[in-house]
Amino acid sequence: MIFTLLVAVLLSLFLLFVTIPVASLFLRIAPEAFIRSLTEPVVLDALSLSLVTATISTVIVVIFGTPLALANARYDYPGRDIVDTLTDLPIVLPPAVAGIALLMAFGRRGVVGQYLDLFGIHIAFTTVAVILAQVFVASPFYIRQAKASFEAVDRLYEDAARTLGASPWTVAFRVTIPLAWGGLISGAILSFARALGEFGATIMFAGNYQGRTQTMPLAIYTTMQGDLDAAISLAIILVVISFAVIATVKVVTRRKF
Amino acid sequence: MKRSTPATLVAVSLLIIAGLLVAGCTDTQETPGDAVTLNVFTAASLTGAFTDIGKAFEAENENIKVVFVFSGSQDLRTQIEHGADADIFVSANMKHMNTLKDSGFMVDDTVAQFVENCLIMVTPADNPAGIEGLADLAEPGVKLVIGTKDVPFGDYTRQLLDNMAADPEYGEEYRDAVMANVISEETAVTSVMPKLTLGEADASFVYKSDISKDDRDKLKRFEIPSKYITENPIYPIGVLAESTHKAEAESFIAFVRGPAGSDILTDYGFDPIPVEN
Repeated sequence: MIFTLLVAVLLSLFLLFVTIPVASLFLRIAPEAFIRSLTEPVVLDALSLSLVTATISTVIVVIFGTPLALANARYDYPGRDIVDTLTDLPIVLPPAVAGIALLMAFGRRGVVGQYLDLFGIHIAFTTVAVILAQVFVASPFYIRQAKASFEAVDRLYEDAARTLGASPWTVAFRVTIPLAWGGLISGAILSFARALGEFGATIMFAGNYQGRTQTMPLAIYTTMQGDLDAAISLAIILVVISFAVIATVKVVTRRKF
Repeated sequence: MKRSTPATLVAVSLLIIAGLLVAGCTDTQETPGDAVTLNVFTAASLTGAFTDIGKAFEAENENIKVVFVFSGSQDLRTQIEHGADADIFVSANMKHMNTLKDSGFMVDDTVAQFVENCLIMVTPADNPAGIEGLADLAEPGVKLVIGTKDVPFGDYTRQLLDNMAADPEYGEEYRDAVMANVISEETAVTSVMPKLTLGEADASFVYKSDISKDDRDKLKRFEIPSKYITENPIYPIGVLAESTHKAEAESFIAFVRGPAGSDILTDYGFDPIPVEN
């Protein structure tokens, strides 16, 4: 009895703690001000830049992450644990660490960047840098999920396909991937959401320039200095997108393919 | 994994709650021995000077501890407006101070202009873009970092470029070309410096005082002709109306404006404004 009561109290306290700040965003701005903000260039630029870069970085993560996840789920090779640890690293690294690390690597005077500079290739403080920062921080979310869903696929199906003469490509694309589909999609959506929310690595590595590197979180940070309505509007958009992301992941992972 | 029983869960939860209660009841504001803590919200450009002034002040006043919050003036103003616990506000321009004054956040007669600053152009010491003067900033490919329009040093930069655009020698095309070379807009001068010292940016406009002693060898400084300067940045300081330590706050301000404070400020590149009598 005491136990149930205690759980109920703790649960409701925590729920309030999470919902009050989010609800406050909606309460602190009039609907007209919200709609007016949506037409402001700083908001529109940030919104489109964020959606475009997060989409591109998710595609990159899927292209590079799927084979990696499949290999690590299916084959035991020397150093697999090291690869696993390295791919997980960005989850626990503070974004500021990611930002300074990327700058030290790809900045104009960076370990790699100084050679790219010779060819006139500049990465830091461009839209490419935004995408690199997003790929760096968001990739583990997809790779972990993809690896788990590949591991959950029963090898019996793959073996059956193989004994019937299917090539490794056919097995991967006609058997394994379709069976792991739900997990792959939810992994990609989570990775997209993380890319959308990326702030620390972006502002350090890509800088803050409207229309080029100023994504939604950076625009919130910048407009808060002058136009609080724009900052709150952007925050509301991000809340709505985040909510949609979680809801979609829940639906996708529950459905049976 | 062993399943935890309800009893252990309750015990752990109670421990956490007890811990929170103890933490909540402990007064972290005051240090023992009746020492007073002054929270000084200070514009980021004063970080070096005020850190030194704080130490000198504490050495003379053992019962007063000075805690600084350094950030952009706008950010500090927003924090104060939303209830941050500040005793003194030091702004990098009059605008934010006046806004707070008008809304009754300040003790009006304590607010005073105490230092002047000036905008300069800086490049990394090895000057990768080969910049020799303001005119070179319009060259294609120059990587420029400036402040956002809402922070004072970004505002003064735009004012400067507008003044140059009005001069036929440079013209509107100059301003547009310079603005097209901007690779990043920063909300605080503290995030401009690393980009220059690391050589990631070719040039920036900052306050003369922004160059710390450590950075003096790493950067090259260019003065700006005074005909393009409308006004120099003036820093106001003042005591917050909600401060519970107004007497101590006023003695800190007196120290800042006194000989010791003025020497430190001058050393950091500021021009102290003498106290009016």
